[in-house]
Amino acid sequence: MSSKVNKVHEPLFHIAKRTGIPTWLSWLIRILSVAAALVACAVVTVILTGENPISVYATMIDGAIGTKRRVWSLLQNTAILLCISLAVTPAFKMKFWNIGAEGQVLMGGLATTACMILFGESMPSLLLYVLIIVTSIAAGAIWAFIPAFFKAKWNTNETLFTLMMNYIAMQIVSYFTYIWSVPKGSGQIGVINAATRAGWLPSIGGNAYLINIIIVAVLTVGMYVYLKYNKHGYELSVVGESENTAKYIGINVKKVIMRTMLLSGAICGIAGLLLVSGTDHTITRNTVEGRGFTAIMVSWLAKFNPVYMILTSLLLVFLQKGAIEISTIFGLNDSFSEIITGIIIFFIIGSEFFVNYQIKFRESQKGGNK
Amino acid sequence: MGKQAAIELKNITKTFGSIIANKDVSLTVNRGEILSILGENGSGKTTLMNMISGIYFPDHGQIFINGQEVVIRSPRDAFDYKIGMIHQHFKLVDVFSAAENIILGLENEGKFNIKQSTSKIKAISEQYGFEIDPDKKVYEMSVSEKQTVEIIKVLYRGADILILDEPTAVLTPQEAQKLFAVLRRMRDDGKSIIIITHKLHEVLSLSDRVVVLRKGEYIGTVETKETNETELTEMMVGKKISLNIDRSEPKNCETRLEVKNVSCVNREGVKMLDSVNFEAKSGEILGIAGIAGSGQRELLESIAGLQKLTEGQILYHNPKTGKTDNLGDKTPLQIRDLGVRLSFVPEDRLGMGLVGNMDIVDNMMLRSYRKGKTMFLERKKPKNLANKIIEGLEVVTPNANTPVRRLSGGNVQKVLVGREIAASPTVLMAAYPVRGLDINSSYLIYNLLNSQKEEGVAVIFVGEDLDVLLELCDRIMVISSGKISGIVDARTATKEELGLLMTKNNGGTTDEQ
Repeated sequence: MSSKVNKVHEPLFHIAKRTGIPTWLSWLIRILSVAAALVACAVVTVILTGENPISVYATMIDGAIGTKRRVWSLLQNTAILLCISLAVTPAFKMKFWNIGAEGQVLMGGLATTACMILFGESMPSLLLYVLIIVTSIAAGAIWAFIPAFFKAKWNTNETLFTLMMNYIAMQIVSYFTYIWSVPKGSGQIGVINAATRAGWLPSIGGNAYLINIIIVAVLTVGMYVYLKYNKHGYELSVVGESENTAKYIGINVKKVIMRTMLLSGAICGIAGLLLVSGTDHTITRNTVEGRGFTAIMVSWLAKFNPVYMILTSLLLVFLQKGAIEISTIFGLNDSFSEIITGIIIFFIIGSEFFVNYQIKFRESQKGGNK
Repeated sequence: MGKQAAIELKNITKTFGSIIANKDVSLTVNRGEILSILGENGSGKTTLMNMISGIYFPDHGQIFINGQEVVIRSPRDAFDYKIGMIHQHFKLVDVFSAAENIILGLENEGKFNIKQSTSKIKAISEQYGFEIDPDKKVYEMSVSEKQTVEIIKVLYRGADILILDEPTAVLTPQEAQKLFAVLRRMRDDGKSIIIITHKLHEVLSLSDRVVVLRKGEYIGTVETKETNETELTEMMVGKKISLNIDRSEPKNCETRLEVKNVSCVNREGVKMLDSVNFEAKSGEILGIAGIAGSGQRELLESIAGLQKLTEGQILYHNPKTGKTDNLGDKTPLQIRDLGVRLSFVPEDRLGMGLVGNMDIVDNMMLRSYRKGKTMFLERKKPKNLANKIIEGLEVVTPNANTPVRRLSGGNVQKVLVGREIAASPTVLMAAYPVRGLDINSSYLIYNLLNSQKEEGVAVIFVGEDLDVLLELCDRIMVISSGKISGIVDARTATKEELGLLMTKNNGGTTDEQ
């Protein structure tokens, strides 16, 4: 009826969902997306700074793996991030939005700190290690269990609850850093047991961080097996996918929620232990440095697969380390490195679109249709 | 006016990956006619209509409206061409009123005027004979009222061509009749109506012409006057299928399940079951008939241990031990631990019976994963079972590791029923097991239920098609507003008898005659 009818415009392309995609193609798409990200970053670099992008990338790689010490630092940071990612994974797979890993790690770290300060002098070292392990796991687990319990009993919103628990944890740590501060009143604990090294995780073959990496490697394998082959892991996936199905086959949903969060919190507790006893040998309210949140991205990017999480956590830490180096060497501010990181992550997440969908272009119309 | 083409499709093709949903489909819809699109599940009916209403875009082919070629890229384009689609799943905002939903998204010139809209809605309702309260909130509405809102929504936008996707799937027979009357009135008013369906009797009673699709291909168009059920079925399935369901005489009937005085309430505290009493016997199929939402779901869920009873007992007579247990106060796990082999095919297949994102093997495991003493899963047996079901029930799937959500409706149901039967149950409950299934898959399910009955299982079948209930079951229990209004012998009962029982002791809650 309207004059519009005469104007025939077939859209240039349209989007269609893929029914299946061979593995090699999906990986090719992902690799290409990283390449595209690097090109985009190069363009942005030239436009914003006028620097040669190749040398920027070289600096980035140098910053991440340029020296032996940097390699260790990269691996150590990857291990910690991976550990926290492993912790949040069962919760997210269960569709329990645990954004409280930050606080759970902090509580684990605080428990470790307490053991080291209070019993570092008096206790035989083996017993001290046992005590540190038990208390830090318990502290993380309890911190995670509280929101899980409320969720199971009264269906409270776990997102808000776990988030608020983070702030409580931070304030508790602030309080104790004041109580235990050295010198008194400085508000800083400083390196604990610097002379005796009581409660410090031992270095293996002169590498201080190796033990952290080994522990996290074991946890990775453990979590992979737990999620894929364990009955509990299966139950939590069912709960995550459909609570109704879980009830239908007789899974006690409340029990699974509480059990899974105990596990999630326990691994956060271990991460806290690794941070305090294995890395920093001290604690501040910012010890976790937001990795409780970064871990969520690691976990989702890897689609909750612990093996892929090794790659995603390594990638994020690599980018972060490299970006810091760029800022220092080229005298750029921190924001620039974050722009680079952001672009790369954007492309990686965006590649999933092309894995799941394909773009069909308009077929050229012969025969003079207008 | 004569026969004037309102919409014409030429050689429409649409593929999803390697799946061809529509292949070279051409058809015409005239002004002032009702056209049925008939086809089995997965024959491409909905995909084809989605291309007319702007949800999908065809890979090839042309669409003409009133003789002019058009391009429909979005539902908004479709509205511009006066095409409106009423989807199977309603797209309404629950907390808005009928009127608010109807005018939602319209770009009106000038001021937003709900009063004016309301009077326009009333005018439309009167013209075509709808019953609607424009101020009623959607969450307070029955399914049929929601459908009415959807239809008025497209009429309000001035649609000349209405597409209805399985409009009667959610309606009671009375509501369906009312809808048909409205549709006929619209046809007489010169509108073109396309209805997608696979119910033959509706096609025959309502439409002027029928277009048959099979596996995405256009099979043919016939005048309704000149055809019959047998011909249409042949066109639809490609080969003649006996409409008779085999039924054997029940053997060795023992009381397996005794439901005594059972009542329950839903989350809002409304009584859903009211002193229900009946027995289910081994070696027979007990049918349950009733208008949707009369308490069928609550009844089955009560037996399965998913619904808390406010009173009453559910007694299970164990054929192995001879003991009698009360299932009424137990959880599904406790029921299983008692050695009660109870299988349940719920109405909501992907939301309850299966996990859509898990593959067939892991879905098999839902029932059996607890077996084995270790804490680890055993996937070998579920995998064998999955392959057995895929082969035995002809499930169309690339392999056993395909996520269930990727399968078509019929194949999803085969996986679910196959798993439930594999548990060698003594009681098998199936809620609407053939809903949305094509004829071939439906018969496969009927045969499975029959073979279970012959093996001495007490089968409980909740159905909506009275013809099927009468042909398949041994006894039919009719439930109405949570009460049992009668139990009849399926061999002697008539449809009218069941229809009467279905509306008996109805508290007059929603019906307005």
